[in-house]
Amino acid sequence: MATATARSPIILLALISLFLHPFLSASLSPGESPKGRRVLVLLDDLAIKSSHSLYFRSLQSRGYDLDFKLADDPKIGLQRYGQYLYDGLILFCPATERFGGSLDQAAILDFVDSGHDLIIAADANASDLIREIATECGVDFDEDPLAVVVDHIGYAVSDTEGDHTLIAADDFIDSSVILGNKKIEAPVLFQGIGHSLNPSNNLVLKVLAASPSAYSANPKSKLSNPPSLTGSAISLVSVVQARNNARVLITGSLSIFSNRLFRSSVQKAGSSTRHEKAGNDQFLTEISKWIFHERGHLKALNVKHNKVGEADEPAMYRINDDLEYSIEIYEWSGSSWEPYVSDDVQVQFYMMSPYVLKTLSTDKKGVYSTSFKVPDVYGVFQFKVEYQRLGYSSLSLSKQIPVRPFRHNEYERFIPAAYPYYGAAFSMMAGFFLFTFVHLYNK
Amino acid sequence: MVGKSEPINGTAKSHPPPPPASSPLSPRSSDLLSGYFSFKSLKLKTKQQELLIRVSILCLVYVLAFVTRLFSVLRYESMIHEFDPYFNYRTTLFLTEKGFYEFWNWFDSESWYPLGRIIGGTLYPGLMVTAAVLYWGLRFLRFAVHIREVCVLTAPFFASNTTLLAYFFGKEIWDTGAGLVAAALIAICPGYISRSVAGSYDNEGVAIFALLLTFYLFVKAVNTGLLSWGLASAFGYFYMVSAWGGYVFIINLIPLYVLVLLMTGRYSMRLYVAYNCMYILGMLLAMQIRFVGFQHVQSGEHMAAMGVFFLMQVFYFLDWLKHLLSDTKLFQAFLRMTVTSAVGLGAVALGVGTASGYISPWTGRFYSLLDPTYAKDHIPIIASVSEHQPTAWSSFMFDFQILLFLFPAGLYFCFKRLSDATIFIVMYGLTSMYFAGVMVRLILVATPAVCLISAIAVSATIKNLTLLLRAKTKAPQSASGKGGSSGKAASKGLLDQSQPFQKNGAIALLFGAFYLLSKYVTHCTWVTSEAYSSPSIVLAARGAHGNRVIFDDYREAYFWLRQNTPPDAKVMSWWDYGYQITAMGNRTVIVDNNTWNNTHIATVGRAMSSYEDEAYEIMKSLDVDYVLVVFGGVTGYSSDDINKFLWMVRIGGGVFPVIKEPDYLVNGEYRVDKGAAPKMLNCLMYKLSYYRFGELTTEYGKPPGYDRARGVEIGNKDIKLEYLEEAFTTSNWIVRIYKVKPPNNRW
Repeated sequence: MATATARSPIILLALISLFLHPFLSASLSPGESPKGRRVLVLLDDLAIKSSHSLYFRSLQSRGYDLDFKLADDPKIGLQRYGQYLYDGLILFCPATERFGGSLDQAAILDFVDSGHDLIIAADANASDLIREIATECGVDFDEDPLAVVVDHIGYAVSDTEGDHTLIAADDFIDSSVILGNKKIEAPVLFQGIGHSLNPSNNLVLKVLAASPSAYSANPKSKLSNPPSLTGSAISLVSVVQARNNARVLITGSLSIFSNRLFRSSVQKAGSSTRHEKAGNDQFLTEISKWIFHERGHLKALNVKHNKVGEADEPAMYRINDDLEYSIEIYEWSGSSWEPYVSDDVQVQFYMMSPYVLKTLSTDKKGVYSTSFKVPDVYGVFQFKVEYQRLGYSSLSLSKQIPVRPFRHNEYERFIPAAYPYYGAAFSMMAGFFLFTFVHLYNK
Repeated sequence: MVGKSEPINGTAKSHPPPPPASSPLSPRSSDLLSGYFSFKSLKLKTKQQELLIRVSILCLVYVLAFVTRLFSVLRYESMIHEFDPYFNYRTTLFLTEKGFYEFWNWFDSESWYPLGRIIGGTLYPGLMVTAAVLYWGLRFLRFAVHIREVCVLTAPFFASNTTLLAYFFGKEIWDTGAGLVAAALIAICPGYISRSVAGSYDNEGVAIFALLLTFYLFVKAVNTGLLSWGLASAFGYFYMVSAWGGYVFIINLIPLYVLVLLMTGRYSMRLYVAYNCMYILGMLLAMQIRFVGFQHVQSGEHMAAMGVFFLMQVFYFLDWLKHLLSDTKLFQAFLRMTVTSAVGLGAVALGVGTASGYISPWTGRFYSLLDPTYAKDHIPIIASVSEHQPTAWSSFMFDFQILLFLFPAGLYFCFKRLSDATIFIVMYGLTSMYFAGVMVRLILVATPAVCLISAIAVSATIKNLTLLLRAKTKAPQSASGKGGSSGKAASKGLLDQSQPFQKNGAIALLFGAFYLLSKYVTHCTWVTSEAYSSPSIVLAARGAHGNRVIFDDYREAYFWLRQNTPPDAKVMSWWDYGYQITAMGNRTVIVDNNTWNNTHIATVGRAMSSYEDEAYEIMKSLDVDYVLVVFGGVTGYSSDDINKFLWMVRIGGGVFPVIKEPDYLVNGEYRVDKGAAPKMLNCLMYKLSYYRFGELTTEYGKPPGYDRARGVEIGNKDIKLEYLEEAFTTSNWIVRIYKVKPPNNRW
C-alpha cells in the first residue's frame, strides 16, 4: 500500500537547511576530523612570526599546517578554481589597510560564510579594514583610534608600565565546551583595544569580558568626555559561531598572543597571589581548539523513522499511526567521534506549530530515540530537531513527511451502533418483497 | 392518467406538421436519390426521406459542433487552457496512472502546503473518470493516444453530444423541427463554446451535457409517466452530481417546477412517479460522491427538494382520500387541515434542523446567487473571481446575439401552447436567465434553455411563414392541415388570406429570418475564433506591423521551476497560479485555485501586502523557498498581480485586520505612480513586481519605468530587496520568480 502511494509528489527528503550542508557533508565520513588543518596566517611583518612563536608552535604541534604570508603579499588568495586552499585564517595584521592579491573584506566574509574559521586580532592602531571585518561579524571596536582599555583596579601589577593598560582579566565565559575542562587559574594579560557586541547580533559571545572598573579611552590625554565603552560591556575576546557553524574569534589585542605575555608572570592588582605564568597560554590554546573545531562539534547521522513493528521508512504516515524516531548524535573529541550524551535533545513533529514535542532518550552510545502517536491531523509534517547549546555546533535537522487521512477501506466495516439501521434496511427490503408478492398474487 | 394529459401534451399533436413541411422537397430529393439507386423499388417514402434529411442534418451539426471548437488547437497547439483545467488534467493523469482507488484516496501533499488536500474527497470526479474511460476505451481499441489529447478533446466531444440531446429535448417539448434548430443553435452558441473549446478541460464541459441529459430524461419521465425514464433521469442526475457543483441548480429547479405544476393543478400520477423516482434514487446515488456526501439530507440548499417530496406524498394521500370520501364539504375541511399541518410540520422540522445545526445553512456561494451584492460585502474571495462578477449587457449580446431577441418570442410560443414540457423549459429559461445575470459564468447554464426556447421561436415562425407561402398554391389542402397544426396562428393566416402582399411579406420575412440566422453563424464563428479560443496560458498580441506576437512566458517560468529548483521547493504565489505551478512546474504550492481555506489564502495575501521584513517572517513560517509574481508592466498584460493586488489586500485584511485597504489607496484611488500610498510603494508585491523595472524603457518616448499595463510611470524606481533575490524573470517579464534568502549567516 505504501509503495503504491509512493509517487513523485511524495517527498521524502531530509530538509537540511542550506547552511548545514558543509557541516553534514564533512560528517559523512566518520573518524575524520570535521575540519581540515590548513591555516593561512597573515602578518603585518614577519617579525610577528618569531615574537608570537609560542602560540604558533602550539597550533603546529596539534597538527595544523600554518602558511605564513605578509598581508600585502600580492600572491595571497584564499581559493583557486573555486576550491578553498585553507580551512582557517588568522589575521595578525591589525595595521593592514589593504590586502594583497585578490583578498578583500568580501572574500574574507565569503570564506566564513562557506564554513571556515577565522581569528582576528586588532590592536591600538587597527585599520579600518580590520574594524570593518569585525563589524560584519557583530562586534564594534571603539571608534576612537587612540583609545585602549584601561583598568585602574584590575590591572596587572608590573614594574615597568604604570598607565594600567596591561590588564589582568579573569572574567571568563562559563563554558567548559569553549574553554576546556581545566579551570583557568591565572588571569589573562590583555593589552589592546576593547569592543562591544552588537545587540542585534545574537550569535556573538563574550568569552573574556573586562572588569566592571574598566573603560576604553586614550590613556595619554585627559578624559574630557565620559568614555563610550565602560565596565563589563567591554569585551576583550569574543567569539561568533555563525549559522553554518563557522567560528570566529575576535580580540582587540595582538599582544595577547605574544611570547612575552605567554611567558610573563602575573599578579592582579589587589590580589596577593602571583602566578608564575599568565593564563594566556592556556586560555588561547583552549579557545583555538574550539575555534578550529577540536571541541564542541556535533554531528547527527542516520535519522530514521518507521512505524512501530516495521523496519522500512514509509513515504507517508496515516493519522494515528504509532511511529518510532531515532537519530545518532556524535561529538568530535579532537581525535575521534564519541557518542554525545545528553538528556535534553528533543524532536518536534511540526506543521506550522509543533503537534508533538518529545525528549529523546539516549542509549549512551549516541543513539537517541523515541516513539509517539501521529496526531489526528493530516498534512505535511516535519520531524524537526533544533539543538542549540552554548559552545556546541548547532544541529538543525528537518525531514518532511506527509500524514494522510484514512483510506476508504480503513474504516470499520460494521459499527455496533448502526445495527438498528442495518436491521431496518433489511427488514424494509423483506417487507417490500412480501408486500409486492401479496399485492401481485393475492386477488 | 396518461390518457388524461394527452390533450395538453405537445408531442402527440406536433407530429402531423412535419410531413407537409417537407413535402415540397420530396419530389426533388427523391429524384436525386433515385438517380443513385437505379431501381425504383428502393425509392424512399416521404417519411423515410424526412428521416434521412433529419439524420444527415444531425450528423452535420454533430461534426460542426466539434469542428468549431478546434480553433484553439489550430491557432495555438493541443494544450490545456486556463487555470482549473490544469488541476483536472493533473488528476486525470493520476487516475490513469494509478487507478481509481488510489485516485479516490489521494492525499495531495503538493498543494496547500503544509495542510495538504484530500483530492479524492474534495473534487467532482465525473470529468476525470469520463476522460479516463475514454482514454482506456481508445487504448483498448489500440489507439495509441496520449491522455492530454483525450483531455483536450473531451469538451468538444461532449458539446457534440449535447447537440444531439438538444435535438431530442426540442423534439420532446415542441417538435422535430424545433429540435433540429435547437441542435444547430447550441452547436455554435458562443455562451456554450466559451466553456467547451478544445483544451478547456473543465467540469462544465461535461456538466452541460449532464444537465441537459437530466432535464431531458426528467421531462420525458413526466410526459410518459414511466418508471424507466425516471430511473434514467436519476442516473443522469448522478452523472451531473459527479461532474459539477452546479447540480444544485437541478435539485432546486426540478422541485420548483414540480411545485408550480402542483399549484397550477397539473398534478398527475406521471409527475408523481417521475419526481419520486428521480429524487429518491438520485439522492441515494448522489450520496456516493464523497464531496457531496450527506448534503442532500443535511444542507439547506437541498431542503426544497425534500420539502416538495413530502408535499407530493401529501397530494397523493389527499387524492386517495378524495377518492374514498364522497362528501366534498368534509373533504374540503380535511384538505385545509392536512395542508396546514403538513406545511407547519415541515416548517418546524426545518427550523429545528437548522437550529440544532443538523441542517447546515446556505453557503456563501448560494447566497451570492440570490443576492448579487452579498459576496461583495461578505466574501471577497468569491467576489474576486472575474467569472463571478455580475454580467454586463454586452456579454449577453456577445454570447447570445440574436437568441436574446428570439428568447422572448420563444417564450410567447411556449405560453401559447402550455404543456408540462413547455412549462419546464419556460421555468428553466427564466431561472437560468436570472442566474446568468447574477454571475458571468452562469450564462453557460442559461445557454441550453435560451437555445431551446429560441429554437421554438425560429421553428414556429418559419413553419407559419412557409405554411402561408404554400397556402396560396394549394389552399384547399392546407386549410385542413393548418387547423390542426398551430392553432390560432394558422387560423389567423387563413382569415388573412385575402390580404394583399401576404405572400411577398412572408417571403421577405423568411429572408429576414435567414439573414438573421446567417448573421448569427458569422457572429458565432467570429467570437469563437477571436475571443474564446485563446488558451490564456499563452498570450497573443498584435505587433506594431499587425503581426502576431506570442508570449509564452507562463510555460517558460513553470519549466524553469521544474528544471532549476529542488523537487521539494515550496512556491508562494497568488492562488490563481497554484494549479498551474503544481501541474506544469511540479512544485509544492502554498495556495491554489481550490479556495477551500480562506485563512491560508489570507496569509499569502498578508505576506504580499506587508513590508518585506514582515513578509519574510510569514514566508519563513510557511517554509517558502520561491515567490512567483505575474507582472504585465512590460507587455501591457492587464490581468497581472498588481491589478489583482487590491483583492489580496481585501482577502488578507478580512482575516488579519492589520492589513487595511485605505493604506494602499490615495483618496480612494488605486495608483502605482509617484502619488501612490507609501505602504503601496513598499509592500512586497510592489517591490517584486517592479524590481529593476525602473531601469527599463518599455516604450519609445516614455521615461524608464513606464508601466504599460496601467499607463503610468512607476513611483518607486529604486527598489532594493533585502530578504529575497531575483531568481528568474521570463523573456517578457510576465512571470518573475524570486528566491527567499536563507537567514544571514553571521547575525
